[in-house]
This record gives sequence, C-alpha cells and structure tokens, in this order.
Amino acid sequence: MARTEIRIGGLGGQGVILSGIILGKAASIFDGKHATLIQAFGPEARGSACSAQVTIADDPVAYPYVRNPDVLVVMSPDAYKQFVPSLKPGGMLLYEEELVTPTDLPDGVKAYGIPATRIAEELGRRLVLNIVMVGFFAGVTGVVSSEAAEKALLASVPKGTESLNLGAFRRGYEHGRRLVGGD
Amino acid sequence: MTADPKGVLTGVHFLDGDHAACEGALAAGCRFVAGYPITPSTEVVERFAQRIPMVGGLFIQMEDELAASIAIQGAAWGGRKVMTVTSGPGLSLMMEHLGLAAITETPCVFIDVQRGGPSTGLPTLPAQADMMQVKWGSHGDYEIIALCPDSPQECFDLTIRAFNLAEQWRVPVFLMMDEVVGHMTERVVIPAAEDIEITDRRWTDKAPGTYRPFDVGPDGIPDMVKAGQGHRIHVTGLTHDERGWPAMNPRQQDKLVRRLTGKIRDNADVLTDIREENCEDADVIVVSYGITSRVATAAIQQARDQGLKVGHARLVVTWPFPATRIAQLASRCKAMVVPELNLGQMVHEVSRAVAGRVPVRLVDHAGGTVHDPQVILDRILEAAR
Amino acid sequence: MSGTTNDDLDLSHLPPMDNPVMPYLRKERIPHIWCPGCGIGTTVNCFTRALDEAAQDLDRLAIVSGIGCTGRVAGYLNLDSFHTTHGRAIPFATGLKLANPDLNVVVYSGDGDLFAIGGNHFLHAARRNMDLMVVCVNNFTYGMTGGQVAPTTPLGASQTTMPYGNFENPASLPFLADAAGATYVARWTVFHVRQLTRCFKDALGRKGFRFIEILAPCPTLFLRRNRLGDGVDMVRQYKERSVVRNGADTKEVGLGLAGEIVVGTFVERERPTWLDAMNDHLGKVLGDRYQRYGG
Repeated sequence: MARTEIRIGGLGGQGVILSGIILGKAASIFDGKHATLIQAFGPEARGSACSAQVTIADDPVAYPYVRNPDVLVVMSPDAYKQFVPSLKPGGMLLYEEELVTPTDLPDGVKAYGIPATRIAEELGRRLVLNIVMVGFFAGVTGVVSSEAAEKALLASVPKGTESLNLGAFRRGYEHGRRLVGGD
Repeated sequence: MTADPKGVLTGVHFLDGDHAACEGALAAGCRFVAGYPITPSTEVVERFAQRIPMVGGLFIQMEDELAASIAIQGAAWGGRKVMTVTSGPGLSLMMEHLGLAAITETPCVFIDVQRGGPSTGLPTLPAQADMMQVKWGSHGDYEIIALCPDSPQECFDLTIRAFNLAEQWRVPVFLMMDEVVGHMTERVVIPAAEDIEITDRRWTDKAPGTYRPFDVGPDGIPDMVKAGQGHRIHVTGLTHDERGWPAMNPRQQDKLVRRLTGKIRDNADVLTDIREENCEDADVIVVSYGITSRVATAAIQQARDQGLKVGHARLVVTWPFPATRIAQLASRCKAMVVPELNLGQMVHEVSRAVAGRVPVRLVDHAGGTVHDPQVILDRILEAAR
Repeated sequence: MSGTTNDDLDLSHLPPMDNPVMPYLRKERIPHIWCPGCGIGTTVNCFTRALDEAAQDLDRLAIVSGIGCTGRVAGYLNLDSFHTTHGRAIPFATGLKLANPDLNVVVYSGDGDLFAIGGNHFLHAARRNMDLMVVCVNNFTYGMTGGQVAPTTPLGASQTTMPYGNFENPASLPFLADAAGATYVARWTVFHVRQLTRCFKDALGRKGFRFIEILAPCPTLFLRRNRLGDGVDMVRQYKERSVVRNGADTKEVGLGLAGEIVVGTFVERERPTWLDAMNDHLGKVLGDRYQRYGG
C-alpha cells in the first residue's frame, strides 16, 4: 500500500506549516487518501527553524512521525543541513534553488530545484514562496493531484488572496512537471 | 435527543486534536468554558473563545486553574453544560475541584492534554503520565470516567461522549489527550446535528418542596435541578445526606462514599470500551491507549508480518479500568505487552486484572516523544518466546 | 421572657409569634454551630431582614460560601445555597452568575477564606466587575481551625501560629476592594445592625462587584486569647471606637487592636459589569453574528 512520508523544512514565517496543511488537506479531503500532519512546536515564533511532517497513505496512518522522509522539501539552508541526513536512501529532495545549495547529497537522491522566491516576487508577493513550493511538490511527485491541491489551497488561504495563491501554485506545478518531463 | 445545530460545524475538516476536541464540546452542547492558558492545551480554549460568541454561550479565562475548575461547577449548577481544559501543572491545581465535582455529583468535563512532567517538565512534548493522577490525585475515595483518543477524529467523537457520560453518571469525565494527539492534524468528519446523539441533564420532574437533591433511584444516580427554580437546594463539599445537608458521621460517610464510587465501579463492564484486533487467537496481546496505540499498531503489523500471532486491545475507556475484559483476554493468550508514555501506570491495572495468568511486560518511556516502534516490537518478540 | 406572665398584657389572641428571620432559615438545621457571643449570627439576622425589606425574590437569590465559620452561612439560609471549597466561593459564584444571569448571587464568607487562600480570586472578580455581592465577616482569625493568624489579624495580637504576637502587616479589606475596582465598598460592625441591614438592602439592589466588610467578635479564639473580654465587650468597643465616615478615603481606614474604626459606605461607582461589557463589546465587534448572551 502506498505511503509517502514528507518533511517540509524552512524558517518560521515562511509558511512551512501552511504548506503541510494544504498537502494534508488535499490528500485526505480531496484525494480520498489518509494524511497526518505533525508540526514541530517550540518556543520560537519567527525566523527560527520550522518543520512540518506529512504522511500521505492509502491506508490509515498508524505511526504518525516522519523519521526518514521519502520527500524532503526545503526552503532554507539550515533546514537542508538539518534534515538531509534523514532523507530515505533513494528519496527525493525538492529545494528552493536560490536559497539552498545541495552539497554532499546522499547517493541515489533525486534532487529538483526551483527559483521559488523569484517566481513569488514576479507574482508580486514574496510571501507566496511556500505556495510555489506546494505546486512544485505536486508537479514533481504527483503524490497529491493538482485538482485536490487547488481545492485545498482555496480552502486554506485568506479571502482575497485566492488568485495570487492559485497563480503561485500553478507556476510551481508547471515548473515541476517540466523538470520531470511531463506536459 | 440530538445536537443543537448551532454548535455543530458539519462537514469534512482537516483539524488538529485540540481544535477537534473544541468542536466536540460545541457539538455536545457545551456553552460554558472556563480555562487558563497552558501548553499544549491552549488551542482548545482559543478556538472556543473564537467560536462561542456566534453559537451563544461564553468563555472566561480565569485567574488560575483552581478558579477555572470551580467556575465550571458553579455554571453547571446554573444549568449549563461545562468544560475546562488544561495540562499537567494545571491539572495538579485542579485536583481540589475534581473532589468537589465527585462529592457534589456535578456533571463536568475536563480535558487534559498530557505533557511531560513532573512539574513544568516538557511543555511542548508528549507523555501519558497523568493517568493515575486523575484517578487518585484528589483526596478521598471517588470515581471518574476517563477516555483516551488516539486521533483528532476521536478527540471530536470522544469529547461528545465525555459530555454524555458526565450527564448520565453525574461524575467528572476526563478526556485524556496528549501533546501528539492534540497537535496532530488529520481529517475530521463532523456529522449533521441530527446524527449526533446528546444526553440531556437528568432534570427532576419533582416540584419544589418535594425534591431532594441527592435522593436516588435504583441506578444510584440523583436527578438534578439548577439554581433559580425555587427548589432551595443546598450543595456542599461536606459529607451530606439526601437533602444535601451536612451529615458528618461514619454511617452517612459510608453510605455516600459507597454510592459515589459504586455507581461507577459497579458499572465498569457497562462502561468498558476496548477496540480489539486479532485477539481471538493471539499469543501476545498488546494493551495500549491514546497515541501509543498507533505506535503499537505499527509494531504489531511488523510482528504479524514475521508470522507472529499478535493481537491489540486498545483501551478507549481507561477509567473505570476494564478489568473483566482484560482478565478474559489474559485467559486465552500467552503474554501481554503494555506500552505507555510513562514509567509504568496503567500496566499496574493490567497486571492486577491479569492476576498472574500470563506475564505482563511494560514498555515504558519517560515521554518527550512517542516510542520507537522497534522497541515495542522487540518486547513483543521477547514476550512471544 | 418565657416562663413569666404579665397580667396587663394578654397576647393570647395573637397567632404564635416566630422569630421574623425564621422564614429565611432552614429551621431543621438550627441550632447552628456558632459559639455564644459570635458575631456571625447577627450579620445573618441583618441579612435576612434586608431580604425582607428589599422584597427580594428568594427563588432568584443564590448564596455561595467558602470554608470556615462564616462559610456555614450558606447552609442555614433557605435559599439555593452552595458551600464550596476553601477560598473558592468567588470563582464558583462567577460560574453560577454567568451561567444564569437572572440570579442575584451573594458570596458570604470569612476573612481567611476570601483574603488569604481566596485573595487572588477576590482581586480578579473585582477587577472584572463580576456582578456579585461579596460579604466578608471579618473576625480577625481562623475560627474553625482554632485561632490561627489571618491576613486581617492586627499587629501585636496573639494567635496560635503567632504565639508571640502578630508581626505581619494586616490587609485593609476596603482598600483592597477599592483598588481592585469594586463598585460598592462598605464597612460596618455587628454593633451597627440598622446601618448594616440598610447596607445589605442597598447592595442587593445594585449591580457590579459589591463588597461589604463586617467586623465581628470571635470570643472563643480571638478575644479570649488577647484578653479582650467577651462578645458584648467587643460590641461595646465597636460602639465606642467607630466613627461613621461615608466616602472616606479607603487608604485611611486601616485597623489596629486599638484606635478608631472607620465605618460607612466608602465607594459607590458605576462601571459596566463583566457580562454587560462582553455583550456590548462583542455586539459592536461582531454585529449581527453575535448571539447576545443573557438571561
């Protein structure tokens, strides 16, 4: 039975947790799968390390933590350094290519980068970087469908920001599809 | 009766356990919450404070947990369905009013989102180390009911059940969550209001002058009124008679305390809720509760993949302890394994029920995270030998 | 006087006369536990007379006590009554009042209960302007546990846990209540039965956090130990030492073993109650979405 363990890492304030919520919602509400999101809680608020663990599976998720992710999504150099050693052999790395330089990548890891910050800035709001990454995740992995992700996105972002966020998602998604040779 | 639709957020949601428990309380008809902020439970009251103005009811943040845990009891006697929410250090302060609720038979719900202790311990990290405190932490003999959810969906479902049980049995009912369940986000399905069964208060049909607050029928549970209806009730934390008046003598003490404890102890089998999987022909049965059940499930799956006959008995109701059923299960397996996020609490109850029939092995953990499933697996393998 | 006759006064045509406070009491619970000369009973007498004069609907009045000698008041009054835990009468009453705002809720307890163990609750209920009437019978000691030092014990007074005399500064209760924001603050003694009855009646008809301190003798555990005579001697002292000073600055009303006892109505102010403030505020912020809360 398919089970994908995902860790998303970045800085507090980058929208790491929201990315996890959108993926979990997409899978568990709109794709008919099961999803569990665990967020790392600490006394820190902004600017510190922040991560979300999402498990998406066909069956109910028993053990809730992600220890060795199949997919690691990173939006900051610190998150890369912290989490890359735990990446499953043969796993996948998705990274913000202007913020993170993947060095000492474990053997067999497939790495895909995206200039998510630049894309977000082109769209007018640097803040939607996380949504670009969510789109990128959907485009590269196919673990959540783009239809489900878009519905989850619309259900999760503030009113009035829907089209901006949808644009960010689609840019990320298309970039991902291109890298993996999709349409 | 069924739920008041005003409080029911019907639909499919992606919620963490804290938020789901809040929705459960609203669906159950809770219209009064008094609380005091404490990690990792605060989200429950934050959501309640945000939602309740549109539902009709109120939230008040009191000056401490002593105040919160007795304000809800005043509100219960004012006619509301009530709840307070806390975590370890706050729970310690609430012990005084756990006793008051028990002796005055005040229906109320306590949510405890367990974190590592003792004292301030691990504010943001899980444990299951308050299990004995809720059962024994207030002085004197008393009984409670405790429920242990292992998912946000169960935080919703069991919060509703907690309110229903509090009304049915007139005891404080605890929802024993933990930090992982509280902060874990999953799909939560909230049914339509008409599909949610709600237990109303046991309102008396007696007229003022004929009603006595602690008269009981065959089930040993008194009917209730609220202040302001002309019954002129007296409610006291002192040992009291059927009129509610202080009656401090050994005979009345015996009568009252035996009834207060008996209404739960004598009905432990009725209250039992164990989710059993593959226990019929199991050599080893893992007895678990709360978040540890899910970690155990992962370990059990690996054991079964190796060809071992391992069953799982998940305690949804931990208090009263389901001793009869655990004894039955022990009579047909070769060993029991009890993982819990403490250094040994419910394992003592399991051992007591098993009474030496089979070995009972604890998989302890001081808290801060959940078990490594491998550790539980190793203990299952040992037990299976 | 029972057992005597008066040939000039034939009362046989009148119905047998009960004590006028009896309808307010749970007769079957009398005799009460209070010692001869204790002041608590006098305060209850005044309270019931005030209920009578105020024509208070007794089914709409609830009384909440904590623990201690005064804590037993709730049990003797024939009202919806709640005898709670030590120090926690105010938060219980807060829940009761908010759950059922139609009730007039009176907290009736002692100085140790309300100001030592329960001090923080007092402070916050006053700050919030919770709509409660709080009556404190101040006998300067812990009576029920046998005469230990209280937060009100005057400097120099001897108590079992201050056997060489109290060296702790006592709290001035009206000053505390005033500072915390109470809307009504008064002090009387058990000598001032008429004024006290009027004060109760006045306070019963008001809204907000109302505080009444009543000085009362504890002959068994405070007076005897400090060689202050019996209950009657103390009431005589109240008469001699008291000065009525309505509107007095509460900074100036502290008490000692000797010296002036300032009594009167010190504070009368208007502030929205917690519940009114909540309803007004949420109504403004949330508009039609807000489900107004109330009885």
